[in-house]
Amino acid sequence: MPENQWPLWEVFIRSKQGLDHKHAGSLHAADAQMAIENARDVYTRRMEGVSIWVVESKYIHASSPDDATAFYEPANDKVYRHPTFYDLPDELKHM
Amino acid sequence: MTQSTALIQYTLHLADDSLILGHRNSEWTGHGPILEQDIALSNIALDLIGQARNFYQYAAELINAAPVSNGTSGRPASAYGPTAPSNGAPRQVTEDQLAYLRDGWDFRNCLLVEQGNGDWAKTILRQFFFSAYQTALYEKLAQGRDKTLAAIAAKSHKEVVYHLRWSSEWVIRLGDGTEESHTRMNNALDELWKFTGELHTAAPYEQETAAKAISPDLSTLCPQWEEKVKEVFDEARLSYPPAVWMQTGGKEGRHTEHLGYVLAEMQFLQRAYPGCEW
Repeated sequence: MPENQWPLWEVFIRSKQGLDHKHAGSLHAADAQMAIENARDVYTRRMEGVSIWVVESKYIHASSPDDATAFYEPANDKVYRHPTFYDLPDELKHM
Repeated sequence: MTQSTALIQYTLHLADDSLILGHRNSEWTGHGPILEQDIALSNIALDLIGQARNFYQYAAELINAAPVSNGTSGRPASAYGPTAPSNGAPRQVTEDQLAYLRDGWDFRNCLLVEQGNGDWAKTILRQFFFSAYQTALYEKLAQGRDKTLAAIAAKSHKEVVYHLRWSSEWVIRLGDGTEESHTRMNNALDELWKFTGELHTAAPYEQETAAKAISPDLSTLCPQWEEKVKEVFDEARLSYPPAVWMQTGGKEGRHTEHLGYVLAEMQFLQRAYPGCEW
């Protein structure tokens, strides 16, 4: 990162109480405090949120796209991992 | 001065403070030091212009309700834009006319808000001084006797609390930052300090509205303002300046040369194309 640039932060916004924080985007800020305020100004100006999380992007570790085959494809033929083989009583409506 | 005149003047004063500072801040839109701060300051500009609209709408209502001018009443003949229609119908003043068609000497804003943007440090410090004042003012105005002003103040208070927080943190960041940012902050302080006294010096119409418990007595806001400024300056490693002679006059229409330039740009369109809408 160039020395004269502020670090990048990832922003997570909770749109209302009870829901999860969802990734909203990223922005630059000098520190966490400024990142939260910038997020407030950039991502919640149209009533999008009631809570903000920020984390410096460098602390997010991501899986590599190159690993996708080994990571995800083996799950393709493991249908038994879905709990769809149970007989449920009729009274149970919301499973 | 009749009661309605004082109330009209006071409402215009509140509106003008917000409009002129909002306009000054809007000059940064597209020029901010970084995208995020460009948006932050533009948001503040919009908050202030929104407040100004509420105050102008109320001022227009008061002016239109005042008896038609015979030169002595609350409704001056010429100060608010185009003359009355020739069919003799009473002229209805609008918020737009109040913002776009009054001249410099009709504006009642304090001198602080019309000062040029300078660098980021000066813009920040100007906002900080004014937000510290506005926060204290709106808190008290919300308990005042005039229901409309109280309602606007209560609604706007939430906004200015954020302006104060945002600008305080920037004052600290720059004051306690690098050698250069500290120097810039001190330069801004040298340029702006002399305009802070006016925030606590009541114009005649403010004395009247304060006597009627519509607005707070400005001297009661001063300690709160000083305390906030000292607290932030401490953290920012800036020294609180000694008492000096303070420049005043803006609230009574005697402005620095800067206001004329603001109005020339802000009012150009309505002056060149009267009644233009888009």
